[in-house]
Amino acid sequence: MTLLLAIVTGCLYAAGIFLILRRNMVKVIFGLILLGHAANLLIFTVGRLTKGIPAFVPEGSDILTGRFADPLPQALILTAIVIGFGVQAFTIVLFKRTWLTLGTEDLDMMKTTDEPPKE
Amino acid sequence: MVNQILVFPILFPLLSAITMLFFRRSVATQRIISVLSSFLLLAAAGWLLAAVISGGMLTVQVGGWRAPFGITLAADLLSAVMVAASALIGLTTVLYSLATIDRERERFFYYPLLQLLMMGINGAFLTGDIFNLYVWFEVMLISSFVLLVLGGTPVQLEGAIKYVTINLLSSSVFLAAAGILYGMAGTLNMADLARITPHLPQQNLLAVVSVLFMITFGVKAAVFPLFFWLPASYHTPPVAVSAIFAGLLTKVGVYALIRFFTTIFSHEAVFIDEVLLAASALTMLSGVLGAAAQYDFRRLLSFHIISQIGYMIFGLALHSPLAIAGALFYIVHNIIAKTNLFYISGIVERITGTFDLKKSGGVYAAHPVIGMLFLIPALALAGIPPLSGFWAKFVIIKAGFQAGEYAVTGIALLVGLLTLFSMMKIWNEAFWKDLPQPQVEGNRYETMGFGRRLLLFSPVVVLGLVTVLLGVFFEPVFRLAETAAAQLLDTQAYITPVLGRVK
Repeated sequence: MTLLLAIVTGCLYAAGIFLILRRNMVKVIFGLILLGHAANLLIFTVGRLTKGIPAFVPEGSDILTGRFADPLPQALILTAIVIGFGVQAFTIVLFKRTWLTLGTEDLDMMKTTDEPPKE
Repeated sequence: MVNQILVFPILFPLLSAITMLFFRRSVATQRIISVLSSFLLLAAAGWLLAAVISGGMLTVQVGGWRAPFGITLAADLLSAVMVAASALIGLTTVLYSLATIDRERERFFYYPLLQLLMMGINGAFLTGDIFNLYVWFEVMLISSFVLLVLGGTPVQLEGAIKYVTINLLSSSVFLAAAGILYGMAGTLNMADLARITPHLPQQNLLAVVSVLFMITFGVKAAVFPLFFWLPASYHTPPVAVSAIFAGLLTKVGVYALIRFFTTIFSHEAVFIDEVLLAASALTMLSGVLGAAAQYDFRRLLSFHIISQIGYMIFGLALHSPLAIAGALFYIVHNIIAKTNLFYISGIVERITGTFDLKKSGGVYAAHPVIGMLFLIPALALAGIPPLSGFWAKFVIIKAGFQAGEYAVTGIALLVGLLTLFSMMKIWNEAFWKDLPQPQVEGNRYETMGFGRRLLLFSPVVVLGLVTVLLGVFFEPVFRLAETAAAQLLDTQAYITPVLGRVK
C-alpha cells in the first residue's frame, strides 16, 4: 500500500510540475492543485499507514496502547486541504479576472511588469 | 502570567480586523480602529520586548496542551525584536495609508486586510511549531495576495499572477518538507526537533529536508536564484502596500531561515552554510546589478531589497556569533530604511507625477526638506557613517574577514559601493536635475491639505529618526543583537524554556 501511494504521489508531482510549466493559465492552476494534493498524500504516506486501527484510547486506559493510527498527519492534511481550498479559489478568481482584463491566457504575453515602461 | 503578553501581537490585529468588518460602510470608523489597534500593537510589542530583555524567553502552550503535543508560542529575543520592528512598520503604514489610499480601495476592506497581514507576520515570528508556521505563512500570503490585487489594474493583476504562483509553489514545498520531517521525527515542535534531529538515524534524508526548507524560505526571502517574482510584482500596488511588503514580507523569510538553520538544523550547518554563502554572494550581486539598469523608482528599490537580503544571508552563512548578530542588526536596519525609501518614492511620485526617474526631477529645488528626508535612509542603505547601515555592513564585513571568506566579503564591499551609486542615481534624477517640461501629470502634492500632509510625512520622519538613532546608539542596540545571537547559537537555551526540564 505504501509503495502504491508513493508511486501515486510521484505521478501527481510529475503531472503538477509538468502543468505549471505550461504557458496556459488554466493548466497552471491545475498544476498547483495537483501539487497540493501530492503534498497531502505525501504527508499521509510518511505519517505511517495503519489499516483499520483507529486512534481511540481503549476503555479503562489513559493512553493509547499497542498499534494505533497517528491522528496528527490527518489533522495536518485536513488543515492543509482547507487552506489549499481557500487559496485555490482565490487563484481561480484571480486568473479569471486577469483573463478578462488582459484578454489573454498566455503567460508569455504577460511581460509588462518585467520590462521597463516603453517610451 | 506575564507570558500571556505573547498572544497580544496576534490577538490585537485579529480582533480589530473582525471589528472593522462590522463597520463595513463606515470607512472613518475603520480608520480610527486601524490607528488605535496599531498603537496598541506597538505598545504590546514594546512590552513584549522589554519583558524578554529583562526576563528571558517567554512561552505559551496554546490551549494548555503540554509541549510538544500542543502548539507552542515562543518569543526569544530574535522574535521579540522582529515583532517590535514589524509593529512599528505596521503603524507607520497605517498612517501613510490614511493619507494616500484612495476611497475605492478603502471601501473594499483595505484596512482589515492590512491588520490580517500584520497578524500573519507576527504569528510567524512568535510560533514555536513548524506546521503552525506554515499556517501563519498562509495567513500572511492570502492577505498579501488580496492587498496586491486590490484595485485590479492590469499591471497589478500581472504582477499578482507571478507572485501568487511562485508563493503557492513554495508553500507546497514547505508542506511536503514538514510532512517528511514529521514522518522522521514524530514531532513538529521546534524545540523538540532541536533536541531530536542530531540523533536521528537517517541524517541524509534530514539533509534533503533541510534543503527543501531552504528552497521554501529562499523563495519567500527572494534569495538568488529564486528572486525573480519580487521585482515583477512589488512595484505594482499602491505605495503603502509596496512599502509594507518591502519592509516585512521578505524579512519573514529571512527570519525563518535564521530560525531553522540555527535552532533546528544546527548540526547540519556546515553543508547548508556553503550553499548559503554562494547564494548570498550571487544574491547581493544580482540584486545590485539589476538595480543599476532600472529607471523606475520602485523597481530600482525592489532590486535593492534583493541585494540587501544577500547581506543578511551572508551573515547567517558565516555562522559565527558576530556574523549572526550582524545579520540581526542588518534586518532591523533594513526593515526601517527600506520601508522609508518606499514611502518617499510615493511622495516624489505625488510631486512629479511619475515613478519614472527619467521624467522626474526638481524635487530638491521645490522641497529641500524632502530631499534631506530621502538622504537619511538612502545613505543608511548605502552604508555611510554614522547611520545604521554603516554599522550593519561594518559588522558583517568584519565577521567575513574573521572567517577568512575574502572573496564574498570583497563582493559585499563592492555591492555597498554600487548601492551608493544607485542611491545617487535616484538623487540626481529625481531630486537634483530640473523637472523636464512639460510635467507628465498634475502635481497631486499641492492639493493635499495640512492634515494629510502631516500623515504623509510623520512615517517618514519617525523612521528617519529611528535610522539615525540606531546609528548613534549603536552599542546598546548591538549588545542586544549579540545576546540574541548567543541565544540562537545555544539551542539548549531554546529547548529548556519550551519543553521544561526534560533531558
